[in-house]
Amino acid sequence: MSITVIKPGLMATIQDLGRSGYGKYGIIVSGPMDRFAHRTANWLVGNGEGDALIEVTWSGMSVHMEREMWVALTGGDFSPQLDGVPVPMWRPVFVRRGSTLTFTGPKSGCRTYLAVAGGIDVPEVLGSRSTYIRAGIGGMKGRALRKGDIIPVGTGKGRLRHPSPRGTQPFDAVRWAVPASERPAYHEHPCIRIVRGPQFGDFDEGSQLALLQHDFRITPQSDRMGYRLEGPRLQLHRPQEYISEGVTIGTVQVPSDGLPIVLMADRQTLGGYPKIAQVAGADLPVLAQTRPGSTLRFKEIGQTEAEQLWMEQGIRLRQLARMIALKLKEDGWLDRMD
Amino acid sequence: MNRSEARRVVPLGESAVVVHLGGTVSEDLHHKVQALTRRMEANPFQGFVECVPAFTTVTVFYDPFELDLPLHETGRFDYVRSLLETYMADIQEMPDAEPVVIDIPVCYGGGFGPDLEEVASINNLAIEDVVRIHSAQTYLVYAVGFAPGFPYLGGLDERIAAPRKQSPRLAIPAGSVGIAGTQTGIYPVETPGGWQIIGRTPLPLFRPDQDPPALLRGGEYIRFRQINAAEYERIKGAQS
Repeated sequence: MSITVIKPGLMATIQDLGRSGYGKYGIIVSGPMDRFAHRTANWLVGNGEGDALIEVTWSGMSVHMEREMWVALTGGDFSPQLDGVPVPMWRPVFVRRGSTLTFTGPKSGCRTYLAVAGGIDVPEVLGSRSTYIRAGIGGMKGRALRKGDIIPVGTGKGRLRHPSPRGTQPFDAVRWAVPASERPAYHEHPCIRIVRGPQFGDFDEGSQLALLQHDFRITPQSDRMGYRLEGPRLQLHRPQEYISEGVTIGTVQVPSDGLPIVLMADRQTLGGYPKIAQVAGADLPVLAQTRPGSTLRFKEIGQTEAEQLWMEQGIRLRQLARMIALKLKEDGWLDRMD
Repeated sequence: MNRSEARRVVPLGESAVVVHLGGTVSEDLHHKVQALTRRMEANPFQGFVECVPAFTTVTVFYDPFELDLPLHETGRFDYVRSLLETYMADIQEMPDAEPVVIDIPVCYGGGFGPDLEEVASINNLAIEDVVRIHSAQTYLVYAVGFAPGFPYLGGLDERIAAPRKQSPRLAIPAGSVGIAGTQTGIYPVETPGGWQIIGRTPLPLFRPDQDPPALLRGGEYIRFRQINAAEYERIKGAQS
């Protein structure tokens, strides 16, 4: 009742929506980099949005399905194949027992989300299954997936009916998918909206302008903790020390070398660098799918607009969840809707 | 009162605000930080997720979809700020609970504290003096962060201050007690680091199988107490 890792690829971790409530103990939230893709993948297989799944970074992973199950792939596209047959993304796919899922090459984006009906059933630690590598907790024994790992899949919770009679193909995919118009606008060179951070005014005028007018390149040193950007060096009017305080996903900090860091899913709880900006939450999925080496540009919006965008995206996501459940019901895979 | 000393509430994205209670780190101000945190946790508003207290700030996380937003209110940040004004009313600089002092047994020097001699020689002190000074004081936990369960401590005696190691060690064992500049701290998990390591405590600072998962929390005080290797092993054994 599981999935076996044949090759982990660059990095794959088990994530749910994160570990909240323990920030005051220095315990980070973790969770998916692209929460839009995470939630959608879960809905597509009849799961709750907070069930655990596998976040696959970049191409190269290969897993063996030890039983038949519904799966869904969302997020970045690394040309997934099941026993050599291309698998469509953003839709429920029923996978035969014994088939092998491989990611054969990066086409777009940076992270794929692999959800399975019933969720990944590793033990919860402090209320979450998310992998927290530094603390060695959550996910698969507190670490990234390795070759030979046997990933337990929840049995009791799967809500989707299995097809019958069973076909002979490695998989059956439904005929519909989450339309591209409903997904985040992933882009190789995105424009990311930001709100001024509390220390924006501490930077000199040239740096304030540069932040909004220049391209920034995502360096290869970027990871789940933060995106390190390369571009014009952002300088303070005068050097000063800041007192560490709370930070969150999307906070743009500038260390003394002047090169900004956008904090991502594995950010620490506190940060001591000046915060020049905060990425609009609605644009975080796009940022999370932008690859190292790509360039991006920032565009300034106001706090109220960022809040409106965030609420609109939340409402669209709820509608999407409803639409997916309706489709699953129409197809006869889902008996009841919540 | 200059501008930086004034209370401010600033947005941190769509789901959090940072409450600044003042501009200078002090024990008095930190008591306010803890008082506000306790007040919010004891009586949370609808949509409240968690507080992350630090030196002079409390970062308040909330779910913007769960807020009980009045009809006329358009901005969620403005609404949360107005809630926080109420919580902040009459916050006192006095601790509103009896201060907790936690005893941290430490085996100084030897294999547990390979840099104790260096810290002593930097400061022209005998090893025993470094231990005596380090364990004589109580230290306020200003914040827990950087690593799970890591306490930011105030008040290291400058007579035992020491610069960081020139090249950081690749792995410092959990429980190591170190000095970096005028800071002292305890490593809760094994990690690379450049602190001067003067001893080790057998107590686990990060214990994910317990709730709370950290031995220390902001607003508590600690005191280091010297133990010998046999006692270290005995306490260590009692933990597992």
